[in-house]
Amino acid sequence: MTDHADDKIVSANGATSRWRSLAGAAFRTAISVAVTVLGLLALTFFIGRLLPLDPVLAILGDDASQEAYDRMVVKLGLDLPLWQQFMTYIGNSLTFDFGTSLTSGKPVTEDILRVFPATFELATFAMILGTGIGIPLGVLAAANRDTWIDQTVRIVSLIGYSAPIFWLGLLGLTFFYAGLGWVGAPGRIGIVYQYDLQVQTGLYLVDSILSGRWDIFADVFSRIILPASILAYGAMAYIGRMTRSFMLEQLGQEYVLAARAKGATRRQVIWTHAFPNIAVQLVTVVALSYAFLLEGAVLTETVFAWPGFGRYLTTALLRADMNSVLGCTLIVGLIFIALNLASDIFYRVFDPRTR
Amino acid sequence: MSDTPDISSMQGLRIWLQAPVAASTGQARAQAFWRGWLRLLANKAAFAGLVVLIALVLCAIFGPYLTPYNAMSQDLDIRLLPPSGAHLLGTDDLGRDILTRILYGARITLMMAALVAIIAGPTGLIVGATAGYLGGWADIVAMRVVDIFLSFPSLILALAFVAALGPGIENAVIAISLSAWPPIARLARAEALTVRNSDYIAAARIQGASNWRLILRHVMPVCLPSVVIRITLNMAGIILTAAGLGFLGLGAQPPSPEWGAMLASGRQFMLTSWWLAAAPGAAIMLVSLAFNLLGDGLRDVLDPRDD
Repeated sequence: MTDHADDKIVSANGATSRWRSLAGAAFRTAISVAVTVLGLLALTFFIGRLLPLDPVLAILGDDASQEAYDRMVVKLGLDLPLWQQFMTYIGNSLTFDFGTSLTSGKPVTEDILRVFPATFELATFAMILGTGIGIPLGVLAAANRDTWIDQTVRIVSLIGYSAPIFWLGLLGLTFFYAGLGWVGAPGRIGIVYQYDLQVQTGLYLVDSILSGRWDIFADVFSRIILPASILAYGAMAYIGRMTRSFMLEQLGQEYVLAARAKGATRRQVIWTHAFPNIAVQLVTVVALSYAFLLEGAVLTETVFAWPGFGRYLTTALLRADMNSVLGCTLIVGLIFIALNLASDIFYRVFDPRTR
Repeated sequence: MSDTPDISSMQGLRIWLQAPVAASTGQARAQAFWRGWLRLLANKAAFAGLVVLIALVLCAIFGPYLTPYNAMSQDLDIRLLPPSGAHLLGTDDLGRDILTRILYGARITLMMAALVAIIAGPTGLIVGATAGYLGGWADIVAMRVVDIFLSFPSLILALAFVAALGPGIENAVIAISLSAWPPIARLARAEALTVRNSDYIAAARIQGASNWRLILRHVMPVCLPSVVIRITLNMAGIILTAAGLGFLGLGAQPPSPEWGAMLASGRQFMLTSWWLAAAPGAAIMLVSLAFNLLGDGLRDVLDPRDD
């Protein structure tokens, strides 16, 4: 009975009820994010313990004395019980202390901060290309369903899904760089400009504009365009496919028929009636594909000698530098969670249908 | 109307399969399968994917009998030969025939893909169906674990596992499986949720079936079709991840003719002898394309809701 009465009071005051449900959702989201982050830490901690290599020997080398060995064990905290080690690990990770990289000898966090702008610039450039081409292609395919346009878009995006990105990179380099000379060499910036550029943001395209050096901008642009296009191809395929299916769903609705009946042109119906309805869904798709660009970057950067996050990770992997590997893995996981959370919030705020 | 087909002629079998009323459960199942098969064949893209995959399996089995060359033996006199009549895809930097190596590589790729499917498929199915059927805490915990695994792009997670386990094909299979089961578990759970409160489950429970029996005999079969489609669709991604690991030097190791590893070693000759890297890359793309086409077709056939 009392429950029922409560309901009535709340529903009599719509604003309170909405605020309350929003606060409840925020609380639930916060709990779920916290649990996921904790799980993420547990997973990376577990992977670290799987290591068949002895972390002490990895640091000291094979011929360390027993005394030095024991001291290192204590220093690394490996003599403590596992749960205590895990607690230390959580504490360190939450303050972004991932230990020292065995390869560079610097803190892993410092290394990651140094290489991240290169990947950020590459992925963002790719994202702009992929979204800018993928969305119009998807809409075009939906508007011309089952015609040759739709089939062509389908085949182009299927190839984007199926081709190994490192192979496309190699073919692109052979063809556009070695063959035609249209794009710059692998690497991020020419050696002649390397020490000329004033680095402010870490994004070389932006930095070169800020310092007014258009010659550097041209060099950087000619080098970023090919890896970015190849990364963008996969993103474009995914975004285009999702756009097409969202759009088809909208075009089957009655309001589209009504708009056509009252005399709106096809173009008007698609862009002013249907498109706003899929825009919010598309933001989620774009956010997700941005996260997957980070994955693609690992392979692309290896091919293009791009001094970014991905190449740092693969170098660390080949040298069994576990602190760096786990630091990178954790960072990618956190970025993934953050992007998911951001698109979730965006969805709730801008899409009235979710209220 | 008989409940066994008249297998003396194709005609009899066809009549049995197309009978308007099925006389037995077996016949009804066979008819459902037959209709699905016809729809799959009608889908040109899916059919093309199926043909490519069958051809690939045949190549993997009979590859060694199709070629006069050995995948491993080196002959430096004939290194880096361009494609010709004797060597259809040319030779590599150690004088090995590339087509032969690609045929042998098909075995490795298919074996890795099959192993991942055998490990990740049942794991995902059992975890998902159990979580969905039991509900409550089991469900919350299982889905939280799934969410955590899904917080990593699959290649990154596989890389981290391989880094810990060490490079090699077996470890690559384990690493890829560990990143491949969570989406399947999530899907199986969603399917299990739709049937857990249905009458037939209640009826079986009243007859005294245990939870395990209910999950194994009554819930999992319902989840199975969508799990199969999902694995087929994911197979393309699994093959790309395996090739990526090989390319980075963390999967199969040279001189193994694994396609990703072949691509990596052909990379340095890209500018002068493009066929070294072009051929294995094309093979990877063809297989992943075939799985994508077949997966799309299977989805259309088995899940009409998507139309």
